[in-house]
Amino acid sequence: MSKPKSAYSIPGKVGKMDTHIIVVWVDNEAGVLARVVGLFSGRGYNIESLAVAEIDSKKNLSRITIVTIGTPQVIEQIKLQLKKLVPVHKVADFKREDKKVIFKEMALLKIVGNTTKTKKALNVCKKYNAVILDKTKKSIVIQITALRRDIDKVSVKLKSLGLVSASRTGAVAMTRGAEVFK
Amino acid sequence: MSKLYSGAEIVFKCLEDQGVESIFGYPGGAVLPIYDELKNFPSVKHFLVRHEQGAGHAAEGYARSSGKPGVALVTSGPGATNIVTALTDAYMDSVPIVCISGQVPTHLIGTDAFQECDTTGITRPCTKHNWLVKDVKDLAKVIHRAFEVATTGRPGPVLVDIPKDIQFQKTSYTKYKKQKKLNGKAQNNFKQIEIDELIKLMSGASKPIFYTGGGVINSGPKASELLRELVSGTGFPITSTLQGLGAFPASDKQFLGMLGMHGTYEANNAMHDCDLMINIGARFDDRITGKLDEFSPKSKKVHIDIDPSSINKNVKVDLAIVGDVTEVMSSTLKTIKKTKPSFAKSNKQKISKWWEKIQKWRSVNSLDYINSAETIKPQYAVQRLYELTKDKDTYITTEVGQHQMWAAQHYKFDKPNRWMTSGGLGTMGYGLPAAIGVQVANPNKLVVDIAGEASVLMTMQEMSTAVQYSLPIKIFILNNEYMGMVRQWQELLHDKNYSESYTAALPDFVKLAEAYGCVGIRATTPEELDDKIIEMLNTDRPVIFDCRVDKIENCFPMIPSGKPHNEMLLGPNDQKEKKITEKGKTLV
Repeated sequence: MSKPKSAYSIPGKVGKMDTHIIVVWVDNEAGVLARVVGLFSGRGYNIESLAVAEIDSKKNLSRITIVTIGTPQVIEQIKLQLKKLVPVHKVADFKREDKKVIFKEMALLKIVGNTTKTKKALNVCKKYNAVILDKTKKSIVIQITALRRDIDKVSVKLKSLGLVSASRTGAVAMTRGAEVFK
Repeated sequence: MSKLYSGAEIVFKCLEDQGVESIFGYPGGAVLPIYDELKNFPSVKHFLVRHEQGAGHAAEGYARSSGKPGVALVTSGPGATNIVTALTDAYMDSVPIVCISGQVPTHLIGTDAFQECDTTGITRPCTKHNWLVKDVKDLAKVIHRAFEVATTGRPGPVLVDIPKDIQFQKTSYTKYKKQKKLNGKAQNNFKQIEIDELIKLMSGASKPIFYTGGGVINSGPKASELLRELVSGTGFPITSTLQGLGAFPASDKQFLGMLGMHGTYEANNAMHDCDLMINIGARFDDRITGKLDEFSPKSKKVHIDIDPSSINKNVKVDLAIVGDVTEVMSSTLKTIKKTKPSFAKSNKQKISKWWEKIQKWRSVNSLDYINSAETIKPQYAVQRLYELTKDKDTYITTEVGQHQMWAAQHYKFDKPNRWMTSGGLGTMGYGLPAAIGVQVANPNKLVVDIAGEASVLMTMQEMSTAVQYSLPIKIFILNNEYMGMVRQWQELLHDKNYSESYTAALPDFVKLAEAYGCVGIRATTPEELDDKIIEMLNTDRPVIFDCRVDKIENCFPMIPSGKPHNEMLLGPNDQKEKKITEKGKTLV
């Protein structure tokens, strides 16, 4: 029998990890994002991406969308811990596979090269609601909105076509249909 | 137009409206305007500590012994950082504390001004909530909200950071009306169907156990009464966590003693073998559960807690009831009376075999130790202290370490709010300042800090506070010259490599007491112990009691971490007589 040399217990079995999108409605006050993010880092939860902005200036409400990975137990804890924070109003949790929810991320992509290259680049982006925001003889800035993994794929393809800079947002989410999360 | 008050005045108006009588604090540049107003508010008595950590722990002791929130007042920068340990301690043990800190003037925030620190940033993870007040008009609202957050739901510490210019600015003040409703974060909407399910489980169980914690004490004296009713009504055995001691009388025969790492043999084995575990206001802490995978494998588990995030955090439970334990127990009792008036009778037969088994475990006498005629055994010292103080309404605080566990094992608490110890954070140096807070809240009661010599030196300066306010606290030091618990772990698990756990140059505690202007008493042999303790009890001044105990005594029983409940190490008596299996010994 081996001797436990630590004053702490041995880690138990780790459950299956899932990707979840957590949406948090908060009072838009100083330090609120630090509270939410600090909760994640302090308790060892993951943040894959983060999007936050005020959504109602009258009620002073912000909406934070966090993509996270964790076991079902951890996801449950994340929700319950978030609900305990004083400025948090409500917390929604969606699985990434959830068909009832729309997820979108946006990316701005700058491609530098001759017109043949930029045209090819534009072609690659076509499927993802491409919008040309800026165009010169030597460059192009394209905006696309898509899922994270699609943007990942596009970025890889554009590498050889002159992608010099990419700026991406975190995911935002919205339920389909007339229902609103309460 | 209504009268205008300065921010500093508003602080005290709020404290008055909240019924605060005592605050613990230390002045400094950024709180001078508040200190300037102190003289105008005679209903608020200020206790000057010697270090801000002491203010925090004193506020904790005050809160835990009185059921009212404790209030601390500190300055910016080092004042605020010094109280961080106490805030974290209060957060871990769910103690309601309101800390008011000064901050540099708003126009200097962010400039690395003198004694500036990001107080709200630093205390964010160790408070329930905190506020930086940037507008004097918000001040009263924020302070009242702070009290509400600290005291409702699962209690805990909060902090209000007030820049110096806000303390000078003036605004009107409207009297605070206490609202009956709990804050939005308190959950108390459990359903009758959950209570019915609980009773169904209870009537089906043949090996049940109650496992209760600090939540019962936090819920108020009513909860302890209901718990007694519930336990005697059902005939079930009950064990308690460190923080829950006193909620159920330790002298009752249904009480199995404390459970967990240094819990009794019967409590831990009963937890392991039970078929129904009813957790009331405890949180499945790792010092309680031991190895999670083998924690009480055959039982249905019920968890009653006010904090939804406590449910399923460490241990998955079969039935969760989120609510104030007072309410839950009261509905449970009502439902039992209504639907199963003969519950106790029908049940007794069913669980009689279970009690037989428990009696067998009990007969192991796991708290036993080999007494000595030459040296004072620390367990003996605590037992004697208990015997000589049990007829008084005694309040006990402790530091952290072996002495804390011996106190928990051998001092029998029959009432709630009499036992103040740092459980979650395990803060050495907690007991002395906590005793000050307890004595302030309970002026004519006996308050004893059962201490270790290493712990107590961490906050020894607060003796000066006790002397200043004539608070006759008794510091009962079990002096073994070692950091005993560290030494014990090193002996058992690190091949007796006593790395830095011996204090070579300890002060003479009797002379130290005299230097502070209080009384020093020393006991070195078992036969003089009783007389010396009586001498201590008859002294109406603060006392430092230097009880010289066996230097190498270990605290048993013990579950080594990473082991399940049924693999306990028992004390030397049992090991010698081979009452337990070889398994226990091979672990050592």
